Amino acid sequence: MKVRLLYFARLREVFATAQETPETPANVQTLADLLDWLRQRGGVWAEELAVGRAYRVAVNQDLVERDAALHENDEVAIFPPVTGG
Amino acid sequence: MKIAVQTEAFDLNAEVVALYQANPKVGAVASFLGLVRDINEGQGVSTLSLEHYPGMTEKALAQIVEDARQRWEVLDASVIHRVGALRPTDPIVLVAVASVHRGDAFAACEFIMDYLKTRAPFWKKEATPEGEHWVDARESDDHAAARWGR
Repeated sequence: MKVRLLYFARLREVFATAQETPETPANVQTLADLLDWLRQRGGVWAEELAVGRAYRVAVNQDLVERDAALHENDEVAIFPPVTGG
Repeated sequence: MKIAVQTEAFDLNAEVVALYQANPKVGAVASFLGLVRDINEGQGVSTLSLEHYPGMTEKALAQIVEDARQRWEVLDASVIHRVGALRPTDPIVLVAVASVHRGDAFAACEFIMDYLKTRAPFWKKEATPEGEHWVDARESDDHAAARWGR
């Protein structure tokens, strides 16, 4: 399926991209699957998205847990812990 | 209710007055003003730049105010957060809550600020004489938000 991926702050800089709209393989059904798929890119992707690293994920602009289901055209944002205020 | 994410400065007094002038039920307004400090982790800060996630930011702030309304008697509230380039002493965030009595106003204001710190998608980058770096999230902010339970 096609999903819209957004990256913010330090992760946007490390990944050297602000957004992309990849076609994911059929076995990507949940957020956890998507993260696994992104880690397979290796390098900074594997490093920054490793299990245990501190980052947050929002699907359609709501913070979600890793078992969240994904759907066609979802907006998935991956970003560092927030530091506003 | 007012939620704003903006580069411009805001007028604290005007924002507070707007919360009570049309509503004689308001007996208390608690406000919090956050400022850019000139010292963070021991280095001199020359400028701070604030990035956010347009769309989600406004949605997250509105949800936080709604959560506060579920817990306390909130007659009205304003949350204004600045983005872009800021310098030490610049106001960066305003949270103001109008209620009938001070207890609800104080509690809701602190709750909104604690949740904003851990849930609203803003990120700070500091430019110091030693170079630029992204500000790390503080564990103490997670603890502050956790105090309120679920």
